[in-house]
Amino acid sequence: MFENPDLALVDWSRAQFALTAIYHWLFVPLTLGLSFIVAIMETIYYRNGGEEWKRMTKFWMTLFGINFAIGVATGIILEFQFGTNWSNYSWFVGDIFGAPLAIEGILAFFLESTFVAVMFFGWNKVSKRFHLVSTWLVAIGANLSALWILVANAWMQNPVGMIFNPGTARNEMISFWDVLFNEVAVSKFLHTISSGFLVGSMFVLGISAWYLISKREELLAKRSILIAGIFGLLSSLLVAYTGDTSARTLAKAQPVKFAAFEALYDVTQNADLVAVGVLKKSEKKIGDKDLNDFVFKISIPGFLSVMTGGDQSAFVPGINDLINGNSSQGIISVAEKMERGKTARNLLNEYKTAKQNNDLMRAEGILGMFRDKKFNDEYFRYFGYSFISKPEDVIPGVQVSFYSFHLMVILGFYFILVFALALYFLFRGTLQSRRWFLWVALCSILLPYVAGEMGWVLAEMGRQPWIIQDLMPVSAAVSQIGSGSVIITFLLFAVLFTILLIAEISIMIRQIKLGPKH
Amino acid sequence: MDSVISALNRIFRFYYEGFSQMSWWGKRVWIIILIKLFVIFIILRIFFFQDFLQKNHDTEGQKSEYVLEQLINSK
Repeated sequence: MFENPDLALVDWSRAQFALTAIYHWLFVPLTLGLSFIVAIMETIYYRNGGEEWKRMTKFWMTLFGINFAIGVATGIILEFQFGTNWSNYSWFVGDIFGAPLAIEGILAFFLESTFVAVMFFGWNKVSKRFHLVSTWLVAIGANLSALWILVANAWMQNPVGMIFNPGTARNEMISFWDVLFNEVAVSKFLHTISSGFLVGSMFVLGISAWYLISKREELLAKRSILIAGIFGLLSSLLVAYTGDTSARTLAKAQPVKFAAFEALYDVTQNADLVAVGVLKKSEKKIGDKDLNDFVFKISIPGFLSVMTGGDQSAFVPGINDLINGNSSQGIISVAEKMERGKTARNLLNEYKTAKQNNDLMRAEGILGMFRDKKFNDEYFRYFGYSFISKPEDVIPGVQVSFYSFHLMVILGFYFILVFALALYFLFRGTLQSRRWFLWVALCSILLPYVAGEMGWVLAEMGRQPWIIQDLMPVSAAVSQIGSGSVIITFLLFAVLFTILLIAEISIMIRQIKLGPKH
Repeated sequence: MDSVISALNRIFRFYYEGFSQMSWWGKRVWIIILIKLFVIFIILRIFFFQDFLQKNHDTEGQKSEYVLEQLINSK
């Protein structure tokens, strides 16, 4: 794909990061969602003083604690990988990544660590009010921690608020607020935390359903389903809304990813949104890359144009147009972007030579160009294209993008249905007699995890070859280390995380079987 | 001064009692946390995840020059 000497190193480094991130994301969303559910339950206990609500709060808090403790520090490994496997990238991003991650570290340490102790050790030792405040602060702190990580990730998807300094070879933040309120960050944060709320809600719903199936703890189960049902229904509607907002944002910031997850190749007005479809490799190609045709599809006519442009006449660019350019729509070809990227890169080379020759005037002149907005908008923003050898190399995997997106969306609608039915049956008083539904709820516990992981697969695979959109491809970001050590640590992580996961599941199952009395 | 010592004493007793009265699952997860932190921060960090630029370059200037070289010459 690239003229990179060690593709195995790039692939193994990516695989290792993906493995760590996927496992990490098995622990995080339950913390995000369950913390709020526990806080809501404790608030009810605080207001009405009912012992059953206290018992419920303590039971779900126990399960929250197990997940929280097992998941702690699993994300640190990702930061290790930045320094070891992705050193060019880590240096290049400069303080853009450092600032949000430092804030996250401080928040995680002070807010979560302090108040988690009060949550678990503080019953009957601190006032009810202080305990409740601590529980809420843990929930808010956990979700704010996620904000800073997602701000850093969003910058990789849509780099803003910085200027590149050739003198240090680093990007420097010029507007913290542009980085924080990056439109990709806002939609990503809301979409991600609401998907975590959904995970927590389905977890509570599924386990409560199991108690009803087992004819145990029926009052606790019904009250838990009431809370999880309402919170889950609102969260799943929020997930759908923020998903729509995210897609609109992607259409502007990452149009190739957007076209890939709809398998849309040609620019069109009145573009259909594919609800369900099956792809097959086409005989047509772009360069040496195969296209995909639909074996079958069910589409919503004109909806993609409405979604992205507000009405059916809106143009939605396809992959062909984004690669080859479309002057009538003002779309620059990848070949042109490659030329502009090379101009920026040649200037960087000139800067280095000028410094070596002590030609300070020329070096200063080039530094000035890199600070100039027009140069940044027209040339440096395409810097990453200078590493691309063929225009078609910027097309991500269309099939993996398409299927991960559509599976996530289908599951999203399924969750709305499950939570709505849970509340309907609960209010009708028929929940316990609908054993089929209780089994459906129990078996659905894992599905929000699947949807969440699909979301990350789409976000990260759908933006390949970029590690920083348009600025740096993964091949230029990787450290020049031996792929053997990356393979060893990949296997170590696989073992470590699997052990952690087995430990979590076995301790949780034991506590669930024991029930709240214990 | 006495009030500070008293506050520190209360905080110490809060944590001491919390840990000493911990439930079965609490003790288990603490064992897992300690093993995990040992593996992550001692074994992985020291033996496998040294900072590449830190390890190979002494100064910030050298790191800049190295990365600049990589950006210019990567294919």
